Amino acid sequence: MTDLIVTGVHKHFRRRWRSGSSEHLRRRWRSGGREHSGRHGRDADGGSVHALAGVDLTVPSGLLVAVLGPSGCGKTTLLRCLAGFERIDEGSIRLGSRLVAGPGRHTPPHRRRFAIVPQEGALFPHLSVAGNVAYGLDRAARQRGRVDEVLELVGLAGYGRRMPHELSGGQQQRVAVARALAPRPEIILLDEPFSALDAHLRAELRRDIRQALQEDGATAILVTHDQEEALSLADQVAVMRDGRVVQQGTPTEVYRTPVDAWVGGFVGGAVLLPGVPSPAGVRTVLGDLALRGAPPSASALTVLLRPEQIVVGPPAPDAVPATVVARDFHGHDALLTLRLVDEAATVAARVLSAADPPSVGDRVGLRVTGPASAWPA
Amino acid sequence: MLRHEAMTDSPSRARTVQRARFGRSSVRRAWHHLAPRPVLLAASMLAVSVSAVPLVYLAVRTAEAGWPRVATALRTPGLLELTLRSLALTAVVTAGCLVIGVGTALLVVRTDLPARRFFAVVAALPLAIPTYVAGYAWVSLVDDFHGFAAAAVVLILCCSPYVYLPTAAALAGADPATEEAARALGRGPWATFVGVTLRQIRPAITAGALLVALYVLSDFGAVAILRVNTFTLAIFTSFNLGFDRTGALVLSSMLVLLTMAILVGELLARRTTTRYARVGSGARRPPERIALGYWRPVALAGLAAVALAALGVPAAALARWFSVGVSRPGSLTEIAAAMGNTLTFSAAGAALTMLLALPIGLLGARAPGPVAAVLDRVTYVSHALPGVVVGLSLVFFGINVAYPLYQTPWLLALAYAALFLPLGVGAVAGAAAQAPPGLEEAARSLGRGPLSVFRTVTVPLTLPGIGAGAALVFLTCMKELPATLLLRPTGADTLATELWTHTSVAAYAAAAPYAALLVLLAAIPTWLLAVRSGATGPAVIGGGS
Repeated sequence: MTDLIVTGVHKHFRRRWRSGSSEHLRRRWRSGGREHSGRHGRDADGGSVHALAGVDLTVPSGLLVAVLGPSGCGKTTLLRCLAGFERIDEGSIRLGSRLVAGPGRHTPPHRRRFAIVPQEGALFPHLSVAGNVAYGLDRAARQRGRVDEVLELVGLAGYGRRMPHELSGGQQQRVAVARALAPRPEIILLDEPFSALDAHLRAELRRDIRQALQEDGATAILVTHDQEEALSLADQVAVMRDGRVVQQGTPTEVYRTPVDAWVGGFVGGAVLLPGVPSPAGVRTVLGDLALRGAPPSASALTVLLRPEQIVVGPPAPDAVPATVVARDFHGHDALLTLRLVDEAATVAARVLSAADPPSVGDRVGLRVTGPASAWPA
Repeated sequence: MLRHEAMTDSPSRARTVQRARFGRSSVRRAWHHLAPRPVLLAASMLAVSVSAVPLVYLAVRTAEAGWPRVATALRTPGLLELTLRSLALTAVVTAGCLVIGVGTALLVVRTDLPARRFFAVVAALPLAIPTYVAGYAWVSLVDDFHGFAAAAVVLILCCSPYVYLPTAAALAGADPATEEAARALGRGPWATFVGVTLRQIRPAITAGALLVALYVLSDFGAVAILRVNTFTLAIFTSFNLGFDRTGALVLSSMLVLLTMAILVGELLARRTTTRYARVGSGARRPPERIALGYWRPVALAGLAAVALAALGVPAAALARWFSVGVSRPGSLTEIAAAMGNTLTFSAAGAALTMLLALPIGLLGARAPGPVAAVLDRVTYVSHALPGVVVGLSLVFFGINVAYPLYQTPWLLALAYAALFLPLGVGAVAGAAAQAPPGLEEAARSLGRGPLSVFRTVTVPLTLPGIGAGAALVFLTCMKELPATLLLRPTGADTLATELWTHTSVAAYAAAAPYAALLVLLAAIPTWLLAVRSGATGPAVIGGGS
């Protein structure tokens, strides 16, 4: 078992010089990837940014863990600390029983065997595809045909002689993944590798990359701000906020049972309503709702429902009357914004297109299906 | 030490922090923040100090001379006249270049002029003719071609590309959609041109005009050959003839002040005019072209006349004198000797320049910050100094401070380095961008150590750019005249000084081979510029600026 275990990692940055508009600065921004925009906690002297404020994360061997968070939450800093490009200030990073970084220890990047797949591929422009993939291999591995093996895994068999500039963006990302896979690293670090690609290309590439990782038995961490990407791709999702991992679990767990309203709202569409405890669970403008788990002991609650839990039907005595005020059509489904007739509240509902969604102005009746989540308000 | 700095990015910085051990040592952190790359920073500061030697020493000597002697020199009759003449020449040439440069750019980019692609290239070519070669050409072909007007004509013809190139680039790059929007909002074509187009390209025109003004103030070759007594020529004469060299020093200081005044004036002007950035990222369309109608022959004739004067006259002069010059007895050995000296001095100059440029360029690319920005700016100050001032200052420096260097190619190399350092720094910074830190980090994450990454990634990616920069500096050194005249070891003539010597005694045939060689040398970077930017069509010009 060589799980990656990150415990209590802290990282501070000095505020860097930000004025001036020099191009290098912006270039450095992009390449360095440190997320300056997020200044969660500042030190007492006001001059430093607490980018990681005690990160705990476990990456079980052979799994793909997505680190999901808004921009500026510290997720790229975490990735750079794992890779060894940044030195952690407190805490430890362990791989099985091996201490990779911690008090008095900083394994340099090239001895960690944590291969990175940067945001825009960062292929070596002077090397062919095969040269790029072979870069991290020793001679024996090259002769065993590892290069062709991983190129085939990512669906680029026969591309070895091309140069990076002859490839499309998606192909370059595939090569970058193959290059990282080739030396069979302990961990593969994926830094928002799909963000620069077109939507339709992205879905296909995601599937292929995930399959390649699984077939090679690789352990991987994917950093992303795209909740759909994290939920659809990863075995586990770790949600980060303000330099901390606030929840880690399977995609279903994180989506169904978020630890707080913020996580609930961040990982998917959310209807947040005020509520009070009731015998059935919680009383809201949508009626008495069942709760998932025990009700929190508080007199005022924040209740979370998913838009797909709200069923829209014709007005009926047992349904909550509402008026459709907006309809965002998405093709396969539509998101309705509904104003309740009796209460000053607006809720969102997701209805399938096949169910012939009502139009703006229609009177409808709302029902809730499935349990809600609630936290003290 | 530079290698070490070059090959690692954050890890090396992290290593420094490591010494501070875990927890926090705020002193170390603060220092680290101010000086992210201590070795690189120290090397850059040293390099900048070396390049600032001419300016600093000029100030030191002028101060040492003492106020009474400075005052005497300032009371010299004719000083006011000299100043006015220099300024007048600068103003006339700048105005002339604005007319020719902006006019050509408009005709080539925005009208249906016939053969406009041909003229687009031809208008840039005068850059390949050093002003003293152009001066020589006119003097040797036209009888009694001397004086203010003559120098103004030659300088206008040589310098107009400085205005033409950025203006044409701006015109080609200006978003036609804004003009269309103005038309759609009810403005007529003329109002649109003045209110929208001209405003968009004004920063480019200003930048070009500044280059011309600085160039005219510092030009030595053309004014010397055409015998117009401006500051540069007066400095040279007063140094060569006078026993009291305070006069030369004071004149140099005044010229430096004039140069600074123009630079500061431009900075202030720029602060008040906003810069215009293209908003939005839609694909560019070629702008609508204005139909010239009956004016086409007139425009065509105008452009042809300018091209004929700027390129035809030098070509005719070279053609007329070249064969006579080369067949002159003993000329080939003379040319070979001059060529040898030119190559040696320029190689030394390029080597020193690149050595100094490396740390400054790397610092700017890898550890940008206020310190790096200031160091980068300082290199431009010496670049703006006239060659004759740099040369003169280093003569004094050699005699009084660094005597072992005096009369060696190294002092000349130092002059070249002070003058051309920004060219090298730009090349190094550009090359460093070819190997962004992200690539080196990816390489390290694949298990290669810092040295291995430096050898397999950083060097192969940056070497071509650095090499190209060295070549550019080398070629520029070969053309340099005034500093070379002042600092070359006695008896060691270069192509440029031979041309100057022969021309000054009206030995036009003897001068021709040198002129031809120099034009050939200067044509190389101009050609590269044209090729790299895509050769023909309006987009070409885009790369020219």
